[in-house]
Amino acid sequence: MLTIGLTHYLVVAAVLFCAGVFVMMTKRNAIGILIGVELVLNSTGVNLIAFDRYVGQGRVDGQIMALFVIVLAAAEAALAVGICINVYKNLATVDVDSARDLRG
Amino acid sequence: MRWIDSAWYHKPLLHYIDDPGARDVIVTRFSVPWQPRGPVSNGIIAQGVIGVARLTYSVAAPVFSRFAGLILIGAVVGTCLAVWAHSLIFGFVDAHILGGTAFPAGYAAQPFAYFSPSTWGLSPSVILVRLEAAGGLGAAMSGVLQYLTWPVQFGFVRDVIGLGAIFGLFNIIPIYTIWWERKVAGRIQSRLGPMRVGGWHGWAQSFADGIKLLLKEDLVPKDADTVLFRTAPYFAIIPSILAFVALPFGTSYMFRELDVALVFILGVLGVEVMSVIMAGWASNNKWSIYGAMREACQMVSYEIPLSMSLLIPVVCVGSMSLTTVGEAQSEGWFSWLAFSNPFIFAAFVSYFIASLASVKRAPFDLPEAESELVAGFHTEYSGLRWSMFFFAEYAAMFVIAALASILFLGGWHSPLPMSWAGVFDGWVASGGMLGLVGAGMKGLLFSGPIWLMFKAVFLLYVQIWLRWTLPRVRIDQVLYACIQVLLPLTMLLLLGTTLWVWASTSDSSAWAMFDSIVTRILGVIGIVMALAFPSIAVYGFYNRRRLVGNLAVDAMPGS
Amino acid sequence: MERRTTNRVLGRRLILMALACAFCGATPLLAGEAGGERIGVTTASAPGGLLEALLFYGVAGSAVVSALAVCFCKNIVRMAVALLLTLCSVAMLYFLLAANFLGAIQLIVYAGGTLLLLVFGVMLTSKSPWARFEPPKREVFAAGAVCAVMLFSLVMVLSRSTWSGPEGAVSGASMADLGHALMTTYLVPFEIAGVLLMIVMVGAAHLARQDK
Repeated sequence: MLTIGLTHYLVVAAVLFCAGVFVMMTKRNAIGILIGVELVLNSTGVNLIAFDRYVGQGRVDGQIMALFVIVLAAAEAALAVGICINVYKNLATVDVDSARDLRG
Repeated sequence: MRWIDSAWYHKPLLHYIDDPGARDVIVTRFSVPWQPRGPVSNGIIAQGVIGVARLTYSVAAPVFSRFAGLILIGAVVGTCLAVWAHSLIFGFVDAHILGGTAFPAGYAAQPFAYFSPSTWGLSPSVILVRLEAAGGLGAAMSGVLQYLTWPVQFGFVRDVIGLGAIFGLFNIIPIYTIWWERKVAGRIQSRLGPMRVGGWHGWAQSFADGIKLLLKEDLVPKDADTVLFRTAPYFAIIPSILAFVALPFGTSYMFRELDVALVFILGVLGVEVMSVIMAGWASNNKWSIYGAMREACQMVSYEIPLSMSLLIPVVCVGSMSLTTVGEAQSEGWFSWLAFSNPFIFAAFVSYFIASLASVKRAPFDLPEAESELVAGFHTEYSGLRWSMFFFAEYAAMFVIAALASILFLGGWHSPLPMSWAGVFDGWVASGGMLGLVGAGMKGLLFSGPIWLMFKAVFLLYVQIWLRWTLPRVRIDQVLYACIQVLLPLTMLLLLGTTLWVWASTSDSSAWAMFDSIVTRILGVIGIVMALAFPSIAVYGFYNRRRLVGNLAVDAMPGS
Repeated sequence: MERRTTNRVLGRRLILMALACAFCGATPLLAGEAGGERIGVTTASAPGGLLEALLFYGVAGSAVVSALAVCFCKNIVRMAVALLLTLCSVAMLYFLLAANFLGAIQLIVYAGGTLLLLVFGVMLTSKSPWARFEPPKREVFAAGAVCAVMLFSLVMVLSRSTWSGPEGAVSGASMADLGHALMTTYLVPFEIAGVLLMIVMVGAAHLARQDK
């Protein structure tokens, strides 16, 4: 318990991942779903860097991958927020259950 | 002039508080007409703290009033002297009591035997063992020191001491800066600023403000988000304190030597934006939200030219560690990064402008625009919470001034090159008292924390000066300046610097000569600008009757 | 008859100030002690130690608690603030893993950029701060059950796996290695990321345009 190993970080990442999935599944606010997506991506980053540190043998690949994950997460959050704002402009709400115009 | 000669403005703070009217305010501050209550007194803890504060003040005030100027200057200089004097004492002890065995070979013989927690490879316990082995005076010292320094052998304790220093800095810098800003603002507006509180030029004004803010009513708006409202100030001060963790004050005077210190400081200053939004949103006040949104927009937009301007000297030096960047400017005025490149010279200007916007300082202080938004995002904050925002802002001002000093203006090095420091080697080598004095002169003249403080304080003064000189800028003008002026400018500067550095790596002697000529020209421009300021001040002083008029000079002593 | 009251707010506020000082003091202490005496030195340090374990459990605990707060907050702004705490905790985890640059980038990009974007989105699309969109209870329960099962299985698998390579702290990489790798091995993804960011900027500008 006292020696912090790889498993500890992976468990933390797993908890963050499941929390993110729970948020994605239960929130009806579109921005809330995006927050869940951010949690999932953060858990990915923790995973990558933990592996790079403990199993990476001095290589930087994990950190580079985590860097790209951060960059891409920022990019997709920007676009997603833009989409949410457009939905709000058209439907006056960001409740995802009310965006059902294309529903069959 | 009776209002100047009357004695009451010379009285210390206690007498002012002891006015019967003031006492009513302090003790019965909760008596409002629609809430009938009996007499209110403060609780035990508060009474105890106030009693201790009054006792301290009644003891310290007469001394401070008479010698305030000396004490202020002496505190600054004395701290810097004490910090590197302790290392000299170790060197002295090592050379003359331990026979030069306590430290690695050649360590004590270096020009500056600086010690700091981050480079303390040798634990005090080993030093004590060797002191005992040396016998005689060494053994006696060892016995005493063992009791005195036992806790210091733990890194945790050393860190706590360092943290105390950081926290003290975080408190003292805003206290001093607030007083100084009010004095400078007064002078710019042809008045004197605080003159009453504490006696000599109102030096205790910040303390009086602090006491007043502590005693204010704890107000949370009715429909406000209570949790966010109460925690927003902490999100403001924690990043400001964290920035001091990575800020070096000397070659080995920092709390932690980070190899990504610059990016770390930028990161924590970016978290401060969230506190603004939280504060504005949680206040449930339209004006707060307007101020918060404008403020967040401005701070985030200006982070881009800020970061890019900070990257420009990093490209020149090749490391993001602030220590390395500071060390690269050790050869005097012409080695300072601001003068090595016309692009870095312009980057200094663009960094300064961007940093002003980043700490919401005039002319970009729309979020705090008193005439427009009451007080922007901290409209609903009163008392201690407001003072936390205030302290965070002034600490951030100091951090960006210190960053500018380290990255552009030579950091903790003086304008004299370190290679001239050899003139004191004879003194240092002869040991004893002369050695101490020699090393002290080296620290004072060539390199030391006092130079960083001097430069940072000068840049603080420039920030205060700009605030009270320039008019406020509108939000669309703010964003125009950021995105359509500063951003392309910094991109061009980055490109230019990269090309310049790339050209410098080629072994062309023509380029080297061109480079040194440009450096000299820029350095001379810098010297002219630096000397122009005091000379204009002196000219203004000696011609003040002609410039200001006889009336003002006679009516306001010290004008 | 008016009775005398004692106002204890000032005393409590002074105690709160002292606690806040201690907390603010502890934060850089944690930041500093993580990698040993010098954070910049990423050579193999002795794994473990009581302080490192304490730090890890504290930081990981705060990350988990704030993630759970994100799950169970009803107010969208409080969710965003809890996400801020999570992001800062993850940045501290990166510092603990001796990935200094990544930790700083996490703070700059995520906490100071992406989160700000989300908060702006929240504020531009919320009708009132207390509006709640609540899914029906059985959906929440089902989602919670699924996530709990997923978490349980993940933790079981992770704790029983052995990963190839030496356990314990290995010597990490420095900033120079990162930069070198970005410019040599990972040059193509770097450039593609730049192009992608430009596409995102164009797309966001198009999405946010005002229809005349």
